[in-house]
Amino acid sequence: MRMRDKKATTHSPLRRRLLKGFLALQAAVVLGNASIASAEEVNTTGLAVTEDTVKVGILHSITGTMAISETGSVQAEKLAIDQINAMGGVLGRQIEYIQEDGASDWPTFAEKSRKLLVNDKVAAVFGCWTSASRKAVLPVFEQYNGMLYYPTFYEGLEESPNVIYTGQEATQQILEGLDWASREKGAKTFYLLGSDYIWPRTSNKIARKHIENKLGAKVLGEEYYPLGHTQFNSVINKIKLRKPDVVFISVVGGSNVAFYKQLKAAGIDMTQEKPLFVTISVTEDEILGIGGENIDGIYASMKYFQSLPNDNNQAFVKAFKEKYGDDIVIGDVTQAAYLGPWLWKAAVEKAGSFDIDKVRAASPGIELTTAPEGYVRIHENHHLWSKTRIGKAHTDGQYEVVYESSDLIEPNPFPEGYQ
Amino acid sequence: MNVMKSNLFKRQDLINYGLLALLLLVVLPLTLDIFRLNLVGKYLSYAFAAIGLVLCWGYGGILSLGQGIFFGIGGYAMAMFLKLEASSPEATAIQSTPGIPDFMDWNQLTALPWFWEPFNSLGFTVLAILFVAPLFAFVVATAMFKRRVGGVYFAIITQAIAAILTILIIGQQGYTGGVNGITDLRTLMGWDIRSDSAKYVLYFFGVAMLFLCLLMAHLVLKSKLGRLLVAIRDREDRVRFSGYDVSNFKIFVFCFAAMLSAIGGAMFTLQVGFMSPTLVGIVPSIEMVIFCALGGRLSIIGAVYGALLVNAAKTTMSEAFPELWLFAMGALFIGVVLAFPNGLAGLYTLLVDKFKQRRAHSSAPANRTSAPAAEKEQVDSSSGVTAPSQS
Repeated sequence: MRMRDKKATTHSPLRRRLLKGFLALQAAVVLGNASIASAEEVNTTGLAVTEDTVKVGILHSITGTMAISETGSVQAEKLAIDQINAMGGVLGRQIEYIQEDGASDWPTFAEKSRKLLVNDKVAAVFGCWTSASRKAVLPVFEQYNGMLYYPTFYEGLEESPNVIYTGQEATQQILEGLDWASREKGAKTFYLLGSDYIWPRTSNKIARKHIENKLGAKVLGEEYYPLGHTQFNSVINKIKLRKPDVVFISVVGGSNVAFYKQLKAAGIDMTQEKPLFVTISVTEDEILGIGGENIDGIYASMKYFQSLPNDNNQAFVKAFKEKYGDDIVIGDVTQAAYLGPWLWKAAVEKAGSFDIDKVRAASPGIELTTAPEGYVRIHENHHLWSKTRIGKAHTDGQYEVVYESSDLIEPNPFPEGYQ
Repeated sequence: MNVMKSNLFKRQDLINYGLLALLLLVVLPLTLDIFRLNLVGKYLSYAFAAIGLVLCWGYGGILSLGQGIFFGIGGYAMAMFLKLEASSPEATAIQSTPGIPDFMDWNQLTALPWFWEPFNSLGFTVLAILFVAPLFAFVVATAMFKRRVGGVYFAIITQAIAAILTILIIGQQGYTGGVNGITDLRTLMGWDIRSDSAKYVLYFFGVAMLFLCLLMAHLVLKSKLGRLLVAIRDREDRVRFSGYDVSNFKIFVFCFAAMLSAIGGAMFTLQVGFMSPTLVGIVPSIEMVIFCALGGRLSIIGAVYGALLVNAAKTTMSEAFPELWLFAMGALFIGVVLAFPNGLAGLYTLLVDKFKQRRAHSSAPANRTSAPAAEKEQVDSSSGVTAPSQS
């Protein structure tokens, strides 16, 4: 479904003034007609930019197994685009989006990304969720020189000139959580558990090196289960037997539901913190499926929780709920997806152009003081400087923030000493 | 033998092949831009598997729900060769072990596994594409058919193997690329397969391969072997009592279908630029059966149209209604199968027959006895097409 939202493109001065007044609070950029550069000036490479519109792509799975995870990202990106349009758009142009369905299928992602870049000539694409889908579209973006804003926390080991990674890479997310467990909870032994694909494996590789080399602690076990696995009884028994201080979990998707329910059924009370459960993969979105009562007492190490008390986040949560209903929850990736259009807008305006090369050159150093997570800045390596927080899950399906890193953490997709 | 030769290509066959060639070689390249043409190339790579299924299922009566296995074997063989070429020590200098594929490096492998080594050679790769899948099919088919395991049991077993292979590929990610698959393939013997000109060449190469495979399939069907396959499908025990070793024929056709599927997989990798386990498992295998059923399981040309139409519909519908397209696809499948049990090819044959009849009628003196007579005649002529027994 293509949305052509032109309600704010009218040139009526009265409408414009009304809009201005209405948006005075958040208005950072409302450009008058005089300051709008012509389409030829801001677009020298044939992108879909007209005098008053610019086309972007949204490429997520809205059908198939990944739809449940990616829907939040789509919603966040649409919300950000609506808000930017209401503020006057980007370089005086309203954003029109073309949405494509990756259908949880990696070849489809590649096909659709090619369509967006070659046929639709979009100025930017907000999309992908799994690493596999990103790997599938990456050669396409590099070949046709597109710009992808990728929202998911991921394994690192990648630094493409054609991608801005708005989620955390592995070291940003993991190290702080391990340090916290060691420092605050006195953890000496760890048990690593994950789904069997590149992200958990890389994450646990980094975790193991950090635990053994930096914390001087011990890893009692490391196990992987296929995606979609639902029988965790044997590993739960091992955990009971070996009594690690911390179980460090990167199980994804539907497996989570089985895992936490079986933990509870096996008589492990997670609120006792014996062992302490630390996840890097369960956001508020996943808790909806797991059920708050089944996960009460675990900790998560991520950059964003819906309960963050700052003003930016309050406004974000309010706007999100107004658009999508009161029952909606917002997870880490959803927030990161929301940053995409804003970071792109800031880079385009800094560059004064939609040209991909100029946007890329302008991107490092772009900062966002209005981010729901607080403040972020784009690093030279196209990842974001961000803080990491530890949240404690409660029965209402929300995390309570119990710890926050004091400084922004530098993104380091190719960490020395952790390879 | 002489009789057979003269019957090898009937006039109608030649017209049908000609129409397909006209569409693929003239109409589509002239009307579509390279992006869309490349998509057609991708759709056609599924057609190879669908042709194999026509032989194996439509004529041989062996329903395989595991053609994705062979598609995957061919595709992975091609991808392994291309990946090795893309992983030169210079291109992978950033890794801890330069010179091996990137995903191996991420999984702490420090040397190329032994079974990857031969894929440095294009000659070996081509042989692997052509013969590994039939060899694997031979093992499976021999184990099954020699023990007279068939029908539903065979379908279930092929499906199980497809699932096993997917799990194996995903689980052994250091050796196979896991869920991500083998991505970022760039050149074939130094020739950039991602450029527009390369895409044209690959498209026409794909079409040429398709016609080659169609020809081979056609020869098989028109030979005595093809007749025997139909006989086996309809009354296996009678053929056995006539002194034939039924299982050998079944093994042959299953291996042949596997080879076609593997060629399709290799073409897919070349056109799309990567291979992933999502093309190996149960879902793509069943989709291939759908292409075949929709096109008409008794027509190898129908299978090509089936693969083209279903995939084109998938693309256009998902572009137009990203949130609802799957429902539309489901409705399309149910509608076609209900309305035309013999698929699009069945519909086409019906129309052609009707057309011929009308021409015959108009050239003959006007015979206006009654409409039912004409209808009866049509039924007689269409019964010439052997309908498969329902199993």
